[in-house]
Amino acid sequence: MLGVVPFGLITGISAIDVGFDAVQTVAMSVVVFAGASQLALIELVGDRAPVAVVVATAAVVNLRYLMYSASIAPYFRDFSPPWKWLSAYALTDQSYAVAVTEFRDDEPGIGRRRWYYLGAAFALWGVWVVSTAVGVVIGGSVPPGLSLEFAVPLTFLALLVPSLKDRLSGLVGVVAGGVAIPAAALPLDLGLVAAALTGLTVGVLVDTFTDWPGDEPDEDTEGER
Amino acid sequence: MSYDATTLWGIVLAVGVLTLALRLSFILLFGRVDDVPTRVERTLELVPAAVLAALVVPAVVALDTSLSLVAEPAKVVAAVVAAGVAWRTENVLATIAVGMGVLWLVGAVV
Repeated sequence: MLGVVPFGLITGISAIDVGFDAVQTVAMSVVVFAGASQLALIELVGDRAPVAVVVATAAVVNLRYLMYSASIAPYFRDFSPPWKWLSAYALTDQSYAVAVTEFRDDEPGIGRRRWYYLGAAFALWGVWVVSTAVGVVIGGSVPPGLSLEFAVPLTFLALLVPSLKDRLSGLVGVVAGGVAIPAAALPLDLGLVAAALTGLTVGVLVDTFTDWPGDEPDEDTEGER
Repeated sequence: MSYDATTLWGIVLAVGVLTLALRLSFILLFGRVDDVPTRVERTLELVPAAVLAALVVPAVVALDTSLSLVAEPAKVVAAVVAAGVAWRTENVLATIAVGMGVLWLVGAVV
């Protein structure tokens, strides 16, 4: 959970840097509550990308929540609607990972499931919102020349590497990363969307027309070639 | 020229609503659809690799106008070392700390 702190600090610092005010920055962490998409959104606002592209890119980055939603839905099935909405709002990489492991192993009842999940999810929420706010406060006093903006891709790298868990996801990462280099020149800052969709398409085609096994550990370690 | 406050609020709200819709999708639908089709699930599993690689790589290497690759050596070294740390530890904090340390070190030497 403490891994979220630098992520939140960087989000706060860089949002102020591109013209969000303090209230908007903290509100963004509450309303969106998804770090990777917030950083992508902030970067595109800094580039003055068209609003539709900013929103579309952030949504593509968050497509993975569909996967979490599908995977965790059976455990929330007997929750009442308000609990379903609250649980969905608090769904993140971390709360998903923690909860699914626990639910699969121990098969707890509905009450314990609810409190375990929401406890973990809202502890993370608190850390996220507070660390964004701290980033806002210290943002102005960070000396230039520290290249702190490089902490953003490093954060993505830290999330990318564990997601390359087999040959197929390795291929998808290499294709998306490779396409992203020339795609950076696309008009309207559409590079990320184009590169991610190309990588996904190749992955689905390979998955459909070959019989590559699903989880064979492989040495496709990194995205930066 | 920069976005005005109303536009920024609009972006935050639009992304917030879309993100909540993605999170709610199957949690609300479950019971109406029997199960997630395997094909959809397999595709969604590939999303993080595609999106994150597309975010990382252009921050490290770029094409210049003559279509040759350009990169700051310090960033390349820092990214490769950080990727190694992420691989070994799967720890976000350690990855950022080591990556920034290497960036400053190489930047100071080169």
